[in-house]
Amino acid sequence: MKKMTVISGKGGTGKTSLVGAFASLAGGDLILVDGDVDAANLSLITGSDLLETHEFYASKVAKIDREKCSACGLCIDLCRFEAISKEYLVDPINCEGCSFCAHACPDGAVSMLDKTSGQWYVSNTTYGKLVHARLGIAEENSGKLVTTIRNRAQELAEVSGKKYLLIDGPPGIGCPVIASLAGVDAALIVTEPSVSGIHDLERVVALCRYFEVSPVVCINRYDLAETQTSRIEDYCLKERVPLAGKLPFNRSFVEAMVRGKPVTEWIDGSLLKEINVVWEILSK
Amino acid sequence: MMNLAIASGKGGTGKTTVAVNLALLLSQDEQVEFLDCDVEEPNAHLFIKPKFESVKEVGIPNPVIDFNRCDFCGRCAEVCAFNALAVFQEHVMVLPELCHGCGSCAYFCPQKAISEHDRTIGVIESGSVNRIDFVHGCLNPGEAMSPPLIDAVKKMASRDKMTVIDSPPGTSCPAISAIKGSDFCILVTEPTSFGLNDLDLVYQTVTRLGLPSGVVINRCDIGDGRVEEYCRKNNLPVLLKVPFDRKVAGLCACGEPVIFKFPAWQKNFKQLYDQVRILVEGAVYNEKNDSY
Repeated sequence: MKKMTVISGKGGTGKTSLVGAFASLAGGDLILVDGDVDAANLSLITGSDLLETHEFYASKVAKIDREKCSACGLCIDLCRFEAISKEYLVDPINCEGCSFCAHACPDGAVSMLDKTSGQWYVSNTTYGKLVHARLGIAEENSGKLVTTIRNRAQELAEVSGKKYLLIDGPPGIGCPVIASLAGVDAALIVTEPSVSGIHDLERVVALCRYFEVSPVVCINRYDLAETQTSRIEDYCLKERVPLAGKLPFNRSFVEAMVRGKPVTEWIDGSLLKEINVVWEILSK
Repeated sequence: MMNLAIASGKGGTGKTTVAVNLALLLSQDEQVEFLDCDVEEPNAHLFIKPKFESVKEVGIPNPVIDFNRCDFCGRCAEVCAFNALAVFQEHVMVLPELCHGCGSCAYFCPQKAISEHDRTIGVIESGSVNRIDFVHGCLNPGEAMSPPLIDAVKKMASRDKMTVIDSPPGTSCPAISAIKGSDFCILVTEPTSFGLNDLDLVYQTVTRLGLPSGVVINRCDIGDGRVEEYCRKNNLPVLLKVPFDRKVAGLCACGEPVIFKFPAWQKNFKQLYDQVRILVEGAVYNEKNDSY
């Protein structure tokens, strides 16, 4: 099984649209993972029939029992996350779940409660199974959630003997991106020809190298700013990052998306061929 | 003074474009502070082009074990909620990337064998250009935890100026750290199924934080009408609609602020700001009335 991740650094470059397209091109021989757990969109393209729902417990939150609390103030002094108010109320958003207060409280008034940080799902799609998740609003531990769904996807791929595991990564370079990227066999970086796109490309290439994953690059909407496209090409050449393809700006991407279809099922001709080439390079 | 955060659930909708142009417009009349809190991928400096004057490292306090004192009792590993310490018969292993810097291991160590030393996770750079004071954070690639760096960027704010915050995408801890405590949140989206789905998530987030918000619909002529319908249903004001324009896209791609090249955009952003001000002042007024 080949494990692949699509990332971008900068958001909105077309990761999910391409993953949807690849899913369609792979002819059912893959398991999909939507690693963008705080804004998951892949199922809007692939469709999804829910098979499994799981609660995700990854963190704890402090609770102060006011009956036992003698208001000594120690917890407030020790907490580094400004999570306990002068009235001894815990702010669940600020609380890091570190349990420092619970261990230190001389009155034994603080307990740590399990907190549901989200849910994760296995769904059937036309293209194979999709493992996806929904991180609770304002929750943390997105990296752990990505690891959870990746592990489940790997099991599913092994059991069913699928050829590919394809992860739609989140934007940025932080914990959910690391959890999507570490230990995969190949990565595709989708970038766009803009100063922001290039800046973020450089950072995400550095991240790939940190985790010893060799990336290939696809420049999306390359014709919107050709001078920036040449800068990306120069950069790729200099850094020896292979260019897998250049895709033009094309309204078909959005038209397909609002109809809930992979773009490859909405177009024909040269764009379809070019997307196919990118998939061949990534998956070979 | 107003603290304005620009956010979006989905990435690449135009947060930075809105934040940068708004800040540049406002800076024509007053001193503005710009905080780029998208520390994983900070980009606003590419448009505002400040002259950076200072760099400061930001770290998370990590435990360092003094093996002359440590008797391998295991208390540190017991109190650590993040498994960042593992104690063996004659060794203690610290896993820095798991440490949240809460300090409980050092506090509870009976031998006082643990001291804390900052492990750098990124830098804060600050500088200025014209009437904009600019601060951004830059997370080191490979670091997982951005919120401590975002908090550090926000602590640089002087609080007596108009402040514009460019947030990271999403609805999890980095986005929350960035928008928490602001007076108003501008939610930038696009009229597609992805845009709608993620607008819903980010709107739930700001509502949960109790922040007033309004929407900018970027590339309003692509996609469909469901985002506007959503805004209508939720009584969420649409502050600005921006049609897709190849020339504008090309300009943004090259790091040029739109308001300088297309004067019509000055008017659009002025109207955007006026609406925000009315909404913020309205919210303050209502709060005052409620408290009577």
